[in-house]
Amino acid sequence: MLIGGQFVRSESGRYIQVADPMELGGTKENVPWGSRKDVRDAVVVARGAWEGWSGRTAYNRGQILYRLGEMLEARHGELTRSLERGGLDGSAAAAEVSATIDRCVSYAGWADKYQSLFASLNPVAGPHFNFTVPESMGVVGVVAPARPALLGLLGAVLPIITSGNTVVVLASEADPRTALVLGEALATSDLPAGVINVITGRASELLVHLAKHMDVSAIDLHAVEPSLVKKAEEAAILNVKRVRTRSLDDGAWFDADGASSPRWIERFVEMKSIWHPAGS
Amino acid sequence: MAARSGNGSSMTSVEKQRVMYPDFTAPSVDKVMVEERAGSLGKRSIKKEAKVAGLYLAISMMDLTTLEGKDSPGKVTQLCQKAMHPSASPGVPPCAAICVYPKLVPVAKRALAGSTVKVASVATSFPSGLSALEVKLEDVRRAVEWGADEIDMVIDRGAFLAGEHTRVFDEIAATKEACGQAHLKVILETGELHTYDNVRRASRIAMLAGADFIKTSTGKVVPAATPPVTLVMLEAIRDFYIETGKLIGMKPAGGIRTAKQVLHYLVLVKETLGDAWLTPDLFRIGASTLLNDVLMQLEKERTGAYQSGDYFSKD
Repeated sequence: MLIGGQFVRSESGRYIQVADPMELGGTKENVPWGSRKDVRDAVVVARGAWEGWSGRTAYNRGQILYRLGEMLEARHGELTRSLERGGLDGSAAAAEVSATIDRCVSYAGWADKYQSLFASLNPVAGPHFNFTVPESMGVVGVVAPARPALLGLLGAVLPIITSGNTVVVLASEADPRTALVLGEALATSDLPAGVINVITGRASELLVHLAKHMDVSAIDLHAVEPSLVKKAEEAAILNVKRVRTRSLDDGAWFDADGASSPRWIERFVEMKSIWHPAGS
Repeated sequence: MAARSGNGSSMTSVEKQRVMYPDFTAPSVDKVMVEERAGSLGKRSIKKEAKVAGLYLAISMMDLTTLEGKDSPGKVTQLCQKAMHPSASPGVPPCAAICVYPKLVPVAKRALAGSTVKVASVATSFPSGLSALEVKLEDVRRAVEWGADEIDMVIDRGAFLAGEHTRVFDEIAATKEACGQAHLKVILETGELHTYDNVRRASRIAMLAGADFIKTSTGKVVPAATPPVTLVMLEAIRDFYIETGKLIGMKPAGGIRTAKQVLHYLVLVKETLGDAWLTPDLFRIGASTLLNDVLMQLEKERTGAYQSGDYFSKD
């Protein structure tokens, strides 16, 4: 797991065994099985990182995301292999990694442009300017889809962090290994520690705790089964968290136009209106 | 206890010390073992009712502290309100005291009128303690006159490290006298004493000279309070109690920020000195950021949800 830029084991000491089809003899690998405490630790560091990350200029956030794309490019082979071990064939795995890099570059470009689309100068009856501008919300909890494991995770996370939010993401249960390889790219990029925190484990166990945490401002659920969504929504009532859900099929994740839309950024921003005297 | 003077000029200084001063020697401390023990006592997992009870107790032992150059009457008044009513939740006790610079004592006194919260003041040229003794004593007298119930003094670490133990003893004794009815807490500034042996000896000197409390740090030097240093001081208090029958209080201060840490300190006290010391009269915690974390933990126990720092006042 990646929490605050550190690769940590679960404090609970538990682990999940993931099959490795590339190895003979049914070898399995151990992946940390995150606990409620791990979720809490991740939220604490994500909240700590939020001030710095949201305080950077949008241009600088764009630069950092672009650099993240470069780091993924450098690990193209490794990420492809990991996806293959998760059950994809070679060409599909390579295509997913390429699409993920493109997604990164795309949101790097949006970082200092989406505000212009969603902000407005509002007409008011009085000698004032009235602006509405989008701002980041804080810590957002994300449940990544099971597939595509890499594009789904980063595709969900990138639009959220582009505006300055920080995330705690529960990685795909079907292929948690790839999320950890991705973690290495995250840790070696310029992305400040704590902006993306990756937890591996069971969403059915951890999601409710994430939704209940009062320091999490919103949650974004991808392809989560309805009964669990309902539980998360009930838990999120405590501090009126924003809950968004989506169930995209594989094709939709690969649709560069649809899934790179600034509307994805808009899902997790707060609109702030400011009054300013216009003078005589 | 002030040192007697003017007694037989024919004696050498060593002989004088032997006659006029109590024995300052303290047992040397096994660094490895004290760190091991302090660490192992911190590993206990305290849950549910015991945790809640421990956290309530910790709040009642807290000295909310503001010691900055920019402190203002407004800030102190606000902190006093927080000390009297730390939380809107039922059952949360008031804190033990407010700790401020002498000039702000009257403000705190007014704000706390009618409550059980005491006013502590750092006198004696806090935090360095590097002034003439008369100046320090005047500082103390003035703070007491303005209404301080407790005085936190700093020892002259330079003098202590230079081996001038009798001078340190005399200064503490003189300060105790200047305190009158006010309680005296002696800050050793353990971060500057370098060794556990020094901490142990300084603790003994302070207790022999009349300290009501011994306190680890000013909060201005890193490292401040640590569990091993606190354990060394608690053991000094225990031995002093066995030797003299006097109950001396303990106050770790600086660097205690989380509910988990504060429970660790309570375990140290219980295991070293016993339940008798688990009262605000004999154990205090100097903290400025700890209260919020404790309140957040209590709310978490009450509601089952981890809290956001945004829901608690930011002082």
